[in-house]
Amino acid sequence: MEKHGLDPQKWVDKYSDYLYNYTIVKVSDREVALDLISETFLAGLKSMKNFKGEASERTWLISILKRKIIDYYRKINSIKGKAEVRVNYKNDDAEGDWLEERVSDPYDKTAEDDLENTELGIAIYNCIEQLPERHAEIFKRKTIEGQDTETICNEFNITASNLWVIIHRARTALSECLEKNWF
Amino acid sequence: MGMKLFVDCKKANHVCDKSQYNESGFWEKVRLNIHLIYCSACRKYSSRNSKLSKMVNNAKLEPIPEEKKNILRARLQEELSK
Repeated sequence: MEKHGLDPQKWVDKYSDYLYNYTIVKVSDREVALDLISETFLAGLKSMKNFKGEASERTWLISILKRKIIDYYRKINSIKGKAEVRVNYKNDDAEGDWLEERVSDPYDKTAEDDLENTELGIAIYNCIEQLPERHAEIFKRKTIEGQDTETICNEFNITASNLWVIIHRARTALSECLEKNWF
Repeated sequence: MGMKLFVDCKKANHVCDKSQYNESGFWEKVRLNIHLIYCSACRKYSSRNSKLSKMVNNAKLEPIPEEKKNILRARLQEELSK
């Protein structure tokens, strides 16, 4: 089996946007999300020697991040005290109704849409990551960050026609990848 | 300026790519659409391409602002050099 390696110098460039979009769904505060990602990277550095290379670098970072998110909620819950859930049904038979009311809340449609869009976002980042590193970076700048062609060309020292060739290849590969993984 | 109504697939796809970023001109779009009438391969590419744009749009991807990324880099670098 192929062993995966770790390259912390590239963590921010390769994974931080992905981790960020993953985190802001779970904790809606952007600053908290950034702190959690920073802590995740530092914890990753500390436990590099425990990395066996069986999972990919990103999967490994995500597993650290998940633990950080859980810790975060534990901490704020212990500050707030235990959350209280009240159920006001008079007899035991009606208990099931309470659950059903929660499940079929017709006003909760937007939450579902948000969830689907978030998962789409994660699927897109998954596919971007499979592109050659330079192509991925250029595609993200152009498409997600909306930087203009000239700025990107200057930074990567390429011509506009180089840029469009890269964008074309990236878009072709991404469409293919998303067709396989999303539909 | 010679007005060429017919363009090859390479040119058509390039205009299609630029259109995804609203960077194609009016006549370029006209020529692309003429090309699409008779070229099914480019029609396919074109529809996939706009589907991709729509998906990226719907996903509302939110990149980390560059200055915040620099903070992340600096913290990581500090720890690496210890």
